[in-house]
Amino acid sequence: MTGFTTLLYKELLRFWKVGFQTVAAPVLTAMLYLLIFSHVLENRVQVYETVSYTAFLVPGLIMMSMLQNAFANSSSSLIQSKVMGSIVFVLLPPISYTAFFAAYVIAALMRGLAVGLGVLLVTLCFTSLEFVEPLWIMAFAILGGAIMGTLGVLAGLWAEKFDHLAAFQNFLIMPLTFLSGVFYSIHSLPVFWQQVSRYNPIFYLIDGFRHGFFGLSDVSPWQSLAVACSCQIVLSAITLRLLHSGYRLRA
Amino acid sequence: MIPAIRVRQVTKSFSGLQALAGIDLEIGQGEFFGLLGPNGAGKTTLISALAGLIRADGGTLEVMGHDVRTDYRNARRKLGVVPQELVFDPFFTVRETLRIQSGYFGIRNNDAWIDEILSNLDLADRADASMRALSGGMKRRVLVAQALVHRPPVIILDEPTAGVDVELRQTLWRFVRRLNEDGHTIVLTTHYLEEAENFCARIAMLKAGRVVALDSTPNLLRRFSAHTVRLRLQGDAALPAGVAGQVERKGSYWSLPLDRYDDLEPILARVRAAGCLIEELEIVKPDLEDVFVKVMNQGGQP
Ligand SMILES: Nc1ncnc2c1ncn2[C@@H]1O[C@H](COP(=O)(O)OP(=O)(O)O)[C@@H](O)[C@H]1O
Ligand SMILES: [Mg+2]
Repeated sequence: MTGFTTLLYKELLRFWKVGFQTVAAPVLTAMLYLLIFSHVLENRVQVYETVSYTAFLVPGLIMMSMLQNAFANSSSSLIQSKVMGSIVFVLLPPISYTAFFAAYVIAALMRGLAVGLGVLLVTLCFTSLEFVEPLWIMAFAILGGAIMGTLGVLAGLWAEKFDHLAAFQNFLIMPLTFLSGVFYSIHSLPVFWQQVSRYNPIFYLIDGFRHGFFGLSDVSPWQSLAVACSCQIVLSAITLRLLHSGYRLRA
Repeated sequence: MIPAIRVRQVTKSFSGLQALAGIDLEIGQGEFFGLLGPNGAGKTTLISALAGLIRADGGTLEVMGHDVRTDYRNARRKLGVVPQELVFDPFFTVRETLRIQSGYFGIRNNDAWIDEILSNLDLADRADASMRALSGGMKRRVLVAQALVHRPPVIILDEPTAGVDVELRQTLWRFVRRLNEDGHTIVLTTHYLEEAENFCARIAMLKAGRVVALDSTPNLLRRFSAHTVRLRLQGDAALPAGVAGQVERKGSYWSLPLDRYDDLEPILARVRAAGCLIEELEIVKPDLEDVFVKVMNQGGQP
């Protein structure tokens, strides 16, 4: 157990020590999105009758920031220690692969939540939000962070250099997050893209998360929860299997 | 007694290249053991397999009787490895690094032992320095310290003195010797053969993934390289025939192999009987470098 808690502590310390880059910077980025999009679109787009566009946008931005940062945390930590060779410090001790997995995923989730909370607090200065069903908010925040933390472990294992990771990020993570309804409701899309969006798991994370704030969503939060849980189970199973086999860690 | 390390029939290939071609090795508890061989011989690969950093294709490896795969927790607890590459985690200070490493091994509140390691490695005054601010030699010391946080009974040092200044070398050997005297098993790889000769009681030589020589250091020295008597006679006279078996001439000096010190007297007697006067005489000790070169050239049978 001490092995696990130490690895978790180390992973938390790692991002906390450079909190300016890992927490403050993404909060600032989210603020810029909010200022620009809400300024340009506030009076042009109305998704739900009772919700202003700015208020609609905030949960999407929070979730997007959480997802991207959770992914960035586990993936960059792994690739960095693999490239620098310091991964041996974790591989030499008797740390089980499940403890290894849990420590990286939880640390990623914590970074996601720290960034999400930061974005939330700052946006509260600009707009008032409701928290109609806080349990949904928490459930999707945690699931979203865990899913992307897990995906980050997977990508960090697979990648052998920083380029690989950048490709993963640019060609998978970015399109998935942007095409997920952060800035709009998928009902405003043409039918074809509506269909495509329904295959994007991140759409469900954002939709369910938003439901927690307004009690309104494109699909039922229960459906979103089912999709998110399935995703997490499948990703975890794959990642744990790879870790167990020593994939690209213990050649 | 359970051997500190037991390696049986271990093979490992990297995409076609056979790095370990069936290694058998047993190292007893408390030994100071040398693992020698040219670059690419497979030393680091063998160490990595013992540490669980890579998985052997075949064979079994045990540390203090614990199989490194099926009983990896105990095997890793008993083993401390100083890696060959100078790796470090730039985010932390020296003390944080060592506390974290202790935690990985399940040890909390390890500061007393950490302080002892730090002072033995002359690192105490750098304890709060950031890892990225340390010089190469200092980072190497921390790497040694990291391998020791959990007081492993078996310690493997993979070229710990490569590119290291004299001071660190001396500090390191003093400490490692002390650990050995306290009962720790030490396994060392090095390219400095005089280090191996001075410290290691037993040596294995690896070549192309095979053990090509394995014996106590004195035996190796004796087996592959004899003492030599080097002498010069008055008036640079020629050495009378029949004084010794194989005689070699270098300038005005004569070299005669000397298997045992007892053989010296008959040689001297014969020289005297032939009416020659010895003007200079020295006994040259064998050294590990000769042995190494011979073993590597002949490909060697164990
Ligand atoms: N990860 C690896 N991938 C491919 N080849 C490797 C790897 N590690 C070692 N080798 C090869 O295995 C052989 C043995 O290497 P190594 O164990 O590092 O030798 P030594 O430590 O004795 O210098 C070398 O030919 C080396 O190139
Ligand atoms: Mg090596």
